[in-house]
Amino acid sequence: MTTIEDRPAGTAQRGQLTEMAWDPITRIIGNLGIYTKIDFENRVVAECHSTSSLFRGYSVFMKGKDPRDAGFITSRICGICGDNHTTCSVYAQNMAYGIKTPPLGEWIVNLGEAAEYMFDHTLFQDNLVFVDFCEAMVKQTNPSVLARAENTEAPHRDVHGYRTIADIMRAFNPFEGAVYKQALKVSRTTREMFCLMEGRHVHPSTVYPGGVGTVPTPTLFTDYLSRLIEILDFVKQSVAMNDDIFDFWYQALPGYEEVGRRRVLLGCWGAFQNPGVVDYRYENMANWGRAMYVTPGVIVDGQLLTTDLVDINLGIRILLGSSYYEDWVGEEPFVTHDPLGNPVDMRHPWNQTTLPAPQKRDFTDKYSWVMSPRWYDKGSDKHLALDTGGGCFARLYSTALAGLVDTPYVKSTGHSVQILLPRSEKLPEMTLEWNIPLWSNAIERDRSRAYFIAYAAAMSLHFLEQAMGRVRGGDMRTFVDFEVPAEGIGCGFHEAVRGVLSHHLVIRDGKIANYHPYPPTPWNGSPRDSYGTPGPYEDAVQEMPIFEENGPDDFKGVDIMRAVRSFDPCLPCGVHMYVGGGRTIKKIHSPMFGATHG
Amino acid sequence: MSDATTSQPTSNGFDEITILWISEGMSCDGDTVSITASAQPAIEDVVLGLVPGLPKVNLHNKVLSPTLGGEEFLAPYRAAARGELTQPFILVIEGSIPNENVNGDGYWTSFGNDEQTGEPLTLNWWIDQLAPKAWAVVAAGTCAAYGGIHAMAGNPTGCMGLADYLGWDFKSAGALPIVNVPGCPVQPENFMETLTWVLYHAAGTAPPPPLDEMLRPQWLFGKTVHEGCDRAAYYEQADFARDYNSPKCQVQIGCWGPVVNCNVTKRGWMGGVGGCPNVGGICIGCTMPGFPDKFMPFMDMPPGAGVSSLLIKPYGAVVRRLRGITNATVNREPKWHHNKAALTTGYDPRWRPVARKGQPQ
Repeated sequence: MTTIEDRPAGTAQRGQLTEMAWDPITRIIGNLGIYTKIDFENRVVAECHSTSSLFRGYSVFMKGKDPRDAGFITSRICGICGDNHTTCSVYAQNMAYGIKTPPLGEWIVNLGEAAEYMFDHTLFQDNLVFVDFCEAMVKQTNPSVLARAENTEAPHRDVHGYRTIADIMRAFNPFEGAVYKQALKVSRTTREMFCLMEGRHVHPSTVYPGGVGTVPTPTLFTDYLSRLIEILDFVKQSVAMNDDIFDFWYQALPGYEEVGRRRVLLGCWGAFQNPGVVDYRYENMANWGRAMYVTPGVIVDGQLLTTDLVDINLGIRILLGSSYYEDWVGEEPFVTHDPLGNPVDMRHPWNQTTLPAPQKRDFTDKYSWVMSPRWYDKGSDKHLALDTGGGCFARLYSTALAGLVDTPYVKSTGHSVQILLPRSEKLPEMTLEWNIPLWSNAIERDRSRAYFIAYAAAMSLHFLEQAMGRVRGGDMRTFVDFEVPAEGIGCGFHEAVRGVLSHHLVIRDGKIANYHPYPPTPWNGSPRDSYGTPGPYEDAVQEMPIFEENGPDDFKGVDIMRAVRSFDPCLPCGVHMYVGGGRTIKKIHSPMFGATHG
Repeated sequence: MSDATTSQPTSNGFDEITILWISEGMSCDGDTVSITASAQPAIEDVVLGLVPGLPKVNLHNKVLSPTLGGEEFLAPYRAAARGELTQPFILVIEGSIPNENVNGDGYWTSFGNDEQTGEPLTLNWWIDQLAPKAWAVVAAGTCAAYGGIHAMAGNPTGCMGLADYLGWDFKSAGALPIVNVPGCPVQPENFMETLTWVLYHAAGTAPPPPLDEMLRPQWLFGKTVHEGCDRAAYYEQADFARDYNSPKCQVQIGCWGPVVNCNVTKRGWMGGVGGCPNVGGICIGCTMPGFPDKFMPFMDMPPGAGVSSLLIKPYGAVVRRLRGITNATVNREPKWHHNKAALTTGYDPRWRPVARKGQPQ
């Protein structure tokens, strides 16, 4: 069912293009379609568009509601990192209500969020991403790579116990491989740790503006700590297995660094508040943002442009271009100046009014319900299409460069992050070091995920010590009461597991007047913007080489899927906020993939 | 398992069944993620055939699919829609069902494209094709069961629960009503336990799961949150939390537990850990057909709690005082625990019960 397009005029070097589409993409959360044109002669992806087709309308039904409900409602945007939304919403509400939270409540949220990173990265990496690297998959796509893996000894076999690279790949076979099954169990243990702190996973029950309702008994922390100790071997072994697999991949397939590669354009909005510093006042946001235990930052070509959350906030622009909306610049703004007196752009989420304009899908014009968030860089006068590197990559990158995080377990050196994990059942104390890699590509995004699990595990030891110290000293206060003001604004900055998350809230008459969450997937999964700049998925896939050994007839597209999945797509986040209902009609007839080998 | 009679399916059961799971309703995929948290039983144990007496299960779920996606993933769904699937199948729907009659030529959510026209196929199209052919239909989570958060007042999609869409008297090809397992998200073990019961029924070794009038499993949703809550004793003593620092009963700060059908306070969230009011999180009624509107604003006292928590006050005050006195008493050891020269325990070496006349000793 593959259609072949004639060679476009004027592009003599380009081979015949074959349209290939994957819709829906599996092993991600939500609804994503990837539409490509592939040049099989030159083994390169010529064109890529990403699209999604689920609409629910959160920002519409939140208007006029009690702002205290926002954390409960926005959690339901996402079924895997809903708690990141609750937390971010609570951060924004704390600012709007003028709350200085009790430190113990913050340590408890940090412990919950650390468990979320450990859970989510583990489930996504080992049960969803690694299926693309497992023996069963590679046997079908690159038999020669598998043959080589059978004969390649794993450098870290003393840590993880697998003799060859192929043995590791077998351990990741879905439902049957040992690591696949163990990862499911670890994802349960870490979710129990999460539930101890935030009540329930995916949508927490004990997190409120003003703090938490979690009962801070010594038992709470004992139960968390004993589970953490139980998974430390797995965390250490995961890093070793990931390094072995990915280093092998570069050797076995020279040039693989180009898969999913794009310019280093990363955003990280910071995670884990420092309770000693954070007061949620906008005026002090630069200060408490830099005190977070994951440093916020914007990174361009390996340079840190800023770590100031005020700069980050004011630079956010929501562009249109290929999205089914009319512009809102003629509408009345909600916020003209921030509390520091800085002007707030009309394209900032605080001022966004959503005006849907449903129409046919046309890949040369409008083709997505996702808008295009960009970050305006004053220095270059450019709207940068930042990506999150799947979250973990930008978090480690920003923290490494900033040199601000300094705890007994995690330390930033200015060029790397050092992670200390204590002795565990099978393995000795280990210091893992994540160094800034040469590329922002699929493999480095995936590799960083294993390191960030270690980061979160190590950091949670620090949080545990701080929290237990408070409880032993008699401080049991986790919540502070507050009044909802008639008028107010707030913004929350956090890291969802897969990257930047900000919530922007405007209160009028004690009700929600405007509420826009900007999660990672609009950043990563956005279409071409009004300047013609493609979104990160598109950018990363376009012009990338193909290494799969199959031709067009039995092509599976594993390299493209690796590139897309490395961003950790989570589409409920991408389309939560868009109203509308135009039937999308394909102008181009995309072929159906894989009908011959269903 | 030496007892062959318990593990052999009867002649009217199936030895193999397919699960077609569609999470393309108005959802967050949180129910799929939630069920991977269950170890009682675990999804991989069901798929790998480790639970004795179940049919062989072929699971198709977008998040857990080993395929790369696209047509390879859609193939069994297409086959089922054409009526060409060789095994019976269970249709699991996750997410609420949008009203596609209110948006002109538009659509709210889709699952794959039409093979001829290339246009998106709506969730509703798939339900229309698959539900009548399905041996059983299961709604995973509150959105699919009753509409849930996306069906909130002011929503633009007009979405609803599966029974609102198919009809509350719908019967599947296997003569079962829709099986609703509500919860936002669904409590992991509640879902897996219900699915397992349906699978035992498929094997011919169990009757259909007993459901209440809202099509919920009776054994899971027959009691209220409050009836299973370990903070309910504070209520009885009229001792209420004034804010979220308190480990006491939360009905005056937003908890709807006394009127909500849910077992989470008994079962915990997963593996007995976590929950809602038992661990400091107000019950916002997320399993209920009236969720969320009837429970908002979530952090205010439910209207009924004002009256009931007032009525319990005089009783609670007396009981609390009396229990305080008794508690002080039972907190003291008996007076004969001492190291003095004389034994004061009342010990009598010759003691015997006095024999009654005419009775043997």
